[in-house]
Amino acid sequence: MRKGNQIIALIKKDLLLEVRQQYTFYGIVLYVASTIFVLYLAMGQPETKVWNGLFWMIQLFICVNAVAKSFLQDSRGRMLYFYSIAGAKDFILSKLLFNAGLMIIMSITSLLLFQLLLGDVLVNPLLFTGIACLGGISLSLVFSFLAAIAARAQQNAALMAILGFPLIIPQVLLLMKISTIAFSDVIQSGLAEMCAVLAGLDILVIALAVILFPFLWKD
Amino acid sequence: MRRNWWKILSVILLVYTFIAGLLVKLPPGVAYEQSNMYESMRNFFFHVPMWFSQLAVITVSLVYSIKFLRNPLAKYDWYAADFAATGTVLGSLGLLTGAIWANYTWGAPWNNDPKQIGAAIALLVYLAYFVLRNSLTDIDKKGRIAAVYNIFAYFIYIPMIMILPRMVESLHPGGKEGASGGGNPGLGGSSLDPAMRAIFWPAVIGWILLAVWITTLRFRLKALEEKKYSTV
Repeated sequence: MRKGNQIIALIKKDLLLEVRQQYTFYGIVLYVASTIFVLYLAMGQPETKVWNGLFWMIQLFICVNAVAKSFLQDSRGRMLYFYSIAGAKDFILSKLLFNAGLMIIMSITSLLLFQLLLGDVLVNPLLFTGIACLGGISLSLVFSFLAAIAARAQQNAALMAILGFPLIIPQVLLLMKISTIAFSDVIQSGLAEMCAVLAGLDILVIALAVILFPFLWKD
Repeated sequence: MRRNWWKILSVILLVYTFIAGLLVKLPPGVAYEQSNMYESMRNFFFHVPMWFSQLAVITVSLVYSIKFLRNPLAKYDWYAADFAATGTVLGSLGLLTGAIWANYTWGAPWNNDPKQIGAAIALLVYLAYFVLRNSLTDIDKKGRIAAVYNIFAYFIYIPMIMILPRMVESLHPGGKEGASGGGNPGLGGSSLDPAMRAIFWPAVIGWILLAVWITTLRFRLKALEEKKYSTV
């Protein structure tokens, strides 16, 4: 099998698992919905700056919960099987891609719920949707790799949060800075530059994950 | 004696730093002469070298982590952990000396300055590294997973301290593009005159050597302990 095919096959496997065990997917959707509902009860409809801050914080927690299970669901025996049929690089790339896709869906869901419950504050909804997707991808990449570390250490999502929160700060700060642009009708300069920095960080994380995952993988 | 020259050098440089740093006449006619910064500027010789030596030892820790992944010898893992521990201590000292300084010149020990945030992040990252290490019992696995996290964290941390200070206004010298001394996340070159440089760089070298010395002592202690228990 060619390399691309292996990655696609592994993503298909994850999708199939997701379809067969739909409770996990709906579990995360329910987590998103109930968190935002509680937030709505607590905050009502906050001003844009608070809205923005809350949105990215909620994304962070959704990401930890959505991504945490991606490495924990595979048992040791099954991991050994994947090891024998696919390379470590294909495996981590497929996980990164799958989690990025999952986070895009979750970001859009939570954006819709935020719009619905916490007030429609966006000036440029299309742009903000794009930023939310980009942000979701960035968060998912970092936390996917940390999930792999936490899974090897036989730990839960709590360790992931400890390991990940300090490391995710630059992405979150960049995202907040970028998303303030979507709230103002004046076009601010530096948007493309900051998006490029974010994309650069994403590429860095992917490269690190591909280089380092083979060392995590073998027992 | 020949092998210990760097330890002697470290002591000499640090003694020089303490005497000269506290006694040297601060250059007159500089921008900060009239500000509340003037005499407290002496803290520069003690606060800033903490960060230089912290960066140096966590870089050494990174090198040992990479070495461990290439060739899993226990001593590489110990070195990586010990250098990271020394880096954490230096980071705490840097934060502390900075907080005292900030209290006098900026009015409060914590000002949400990007460099303070960066320093706090570094501490959190390395504390997380030790939590991860201690959560693992299998020695080989502990070394490998901790090394992977160490490398991953280092390569995210370094771009972060390059990006973060450029994004927001900073009270430190250097900062946002266009601000005074801006564009450079490190030192603002103009605030350092030759007399201060002659104390600052020896101080940096002295502190780095001291950090390495402390780490090797910790390493030797650990090796002795290991030997004691393995022979019984």
